[in-house]
Amino acid sequence: MEACAVGACSALRPDDYITATHRGHGHCIAKGGRLALMMSELLGKATGYCKGKGRSMQIADVDAGILGANGIVGGGIGIATGAALSARLRGAGQVCVCFFGDGGFNQGALYECANLAAIWKLPVIYLCENNKYAMSTPVASATAVADLTARAAAFGMPGINVDGMDAIAMREAVFEAAERGRRGFGPSLVVADTYRYEGHNVGDGQRYRSRDEVDQWRASDPIGRFAEACHRAGLVTEDDTNRIGAEVVTELHAAVEFAHASPEPTADLATLEDDLFA
Amino acid sequence: MSAATAATDRELTISRALNEALREEMRRDPSVFLLGEEIGVWGAGGGIFGVTLNLIQEFGPERVRDTPISEEAIAGVACGAAVTGMRPVAEIMYVDFTALAMDPIVNQAAKLRYMFGGKARVPMVLRAQEGAGRGNAAQHSQSLEAWFTHVPGSKVAVPSTPCDAKGLLKTAIRDDNPVIFLEHKALYGTRGVVPEEEYLVPFGSARIAREGEHVTFVGIHTLVHRALAAADRLQSEGVSMEVIDPRTLVPLDIETIVRSVRKTRRLVIGHEAVERSGFAAEIAMQVMDRAFDYLDAPIRRVCGRNVPIPYNLGLERLAIPQEEDIITAVREVVRGAV
Repeated sequence: MEACAVGACSALRPDDYITATHRGHGHCIAKGGRLALMMSELLGKATGYCKGKGRSMQIADVDAGILGANGIVGGGIGIATGAALSARLRGAGQVCVCFFGDGGFNQGALYECANLAAIWKLPVIYLCENNKYAMSTPVASATAVADLTARAAAFGMPGINVDGMDAIAMREAVFEAAERGRRGFGPSLVVADTYRYEGHNVGDGQRYRSRDEVDQWRASDPIGRFAEACHRAGLVTEDDTNRIGAEVVTELHAAVEFAHASPEPTADLATLEDDLFA
Repeated sequence: MSAATAATDRELTISRALNEALREEMRRDPSVFLLGEEIGVWGAGGGIFGVTLNLIQEFGPERVRDTPISEEAIAGVACGAAVTGMRPVAEIMYVDFTALAMDPIVNQAAKLRYMFGGKARVPMVLRAQEGAGRGNAAQHSQSLEAWFTHVPGSKVAVPSTPCDAKGLLKTAIRDDNPVIFLEHKALYGTRGVVPEEEYLVPFGSARIAREGEHVTFVGIHTLVHRALAAADRLQSEGVSMEVIDPRTLVPLDIETIVRSVRKTRRLVIGHEAVERSGFAAEIAMQVMDRAFDYLDAPIRRVCGRNVPIPYNLGLERLAIPQEEDIITAVREVVRGAV
């Protein structure tokens, strides 16, 4: 699923906004989130993005335009639409990419907000990462239309299917949708065809799908495909991508180390009740 | 109203007072904008109760935004706009319809700042009107303030006079936190003195609407007015009742209430919302915690019956507390003492 977040966010300006899904770590990293602060938040440490009060599903960095992952499936749809309205009212030329999955796709908030965005021509990109399962529920048993972009016509906005395992295709699709938003032509629906290799959570026995199916998707892994494309284009050598891979691993280790070494939040009432009101 | 009214003593309705608050704040701060159903064009151009009257003429449709009938979108969009630098004032036409918008109100707006470790501000106001008395029946007459007080992270204002309505709304708009601003549909036409000059009414500061010696009555919205009428009648029986309007429930000025109870030693609390799990229970418990030893009688509640609001006016009247109910409750708590 990395291509969705990386491709989409690479098409954005630093001051653009995103709202992430229930599974938002990748979006956060792709939009400029800092690994150490994220890892600290995962461990509930005081140095985390949210001082240990948020959890992995609420990691946010408003200054970097990351308006939060969301513990509520589809919970970012209203916020993203509001950020787009805000951008429009301030004349800032920003857009907002609203990530959600094939699960969030069936929340009523999308119906209300997509309609609102379309009548007001708001610069928002509704980006559905169709990874085929909402927890264990297959998309085909939860959504009556096979082609999810069919709903775009009903919302009154363009809808486009993209290979969500191809970072470059994602970048191009989102760049075009963002340009459309910036020029005042309104929202778009982008449906990314992608897949989650691992279980929904640690305890997921994955009885709803076959090993073969997972392996088939792994064969078109977006990281390998992107590296190959870069090699073919002569942009980088295999040595370069190996080195970058090693650097990423080092950076991840450093983040984990930072998080482990970080203090727990002070367990007192002042800390508990702080940050409630501005 | 006396013939010789000074400029600073003019009377306005609550509708007009709220309208002034919106107009002044929109003039003062370009980040303030309005969104809601039928707030721009409907009727004379100001929503079903005239609160947004003529604002679209002055500020245009970009800042006075008529929305589709999409309550979840209204609340969610307000939250998103607030967290990115605007000051939206969203209107939900009837508080009953907030049931359609609870995720953005409860799980998003109220919690964002805390969940983000204090690294966000959500300066939004969500206006709605509640209450019975107009024969609007079960889905248009509820009083739901307790729902919102039960969610840490947002503030709750409940004005009952034109002066407070204006001053509290201006404060709400300037607050950097979500404010649930609950008006009462039967009070929009209520007139009262509103200063001509600029003023704010702070949150967490109760108003003593009438001073008294024998019993304290704490009430919101219509119960303030009914209590004042009841107090006149009780006075003729030799019972002196203090009437306190908390004005905001979050934050709650419990100190003013406790100070009054320490003086009068008796407390009656009233609201239209159904008695069960209503805010009166919260006030009663807080007073028990702080002033139990001062109480000379059990605390009494004068609240709505635990039923949906019926359509028939006679039944509706029975479902919500009336002046008579206040008098009956007060007579009981002062029995033998006055």
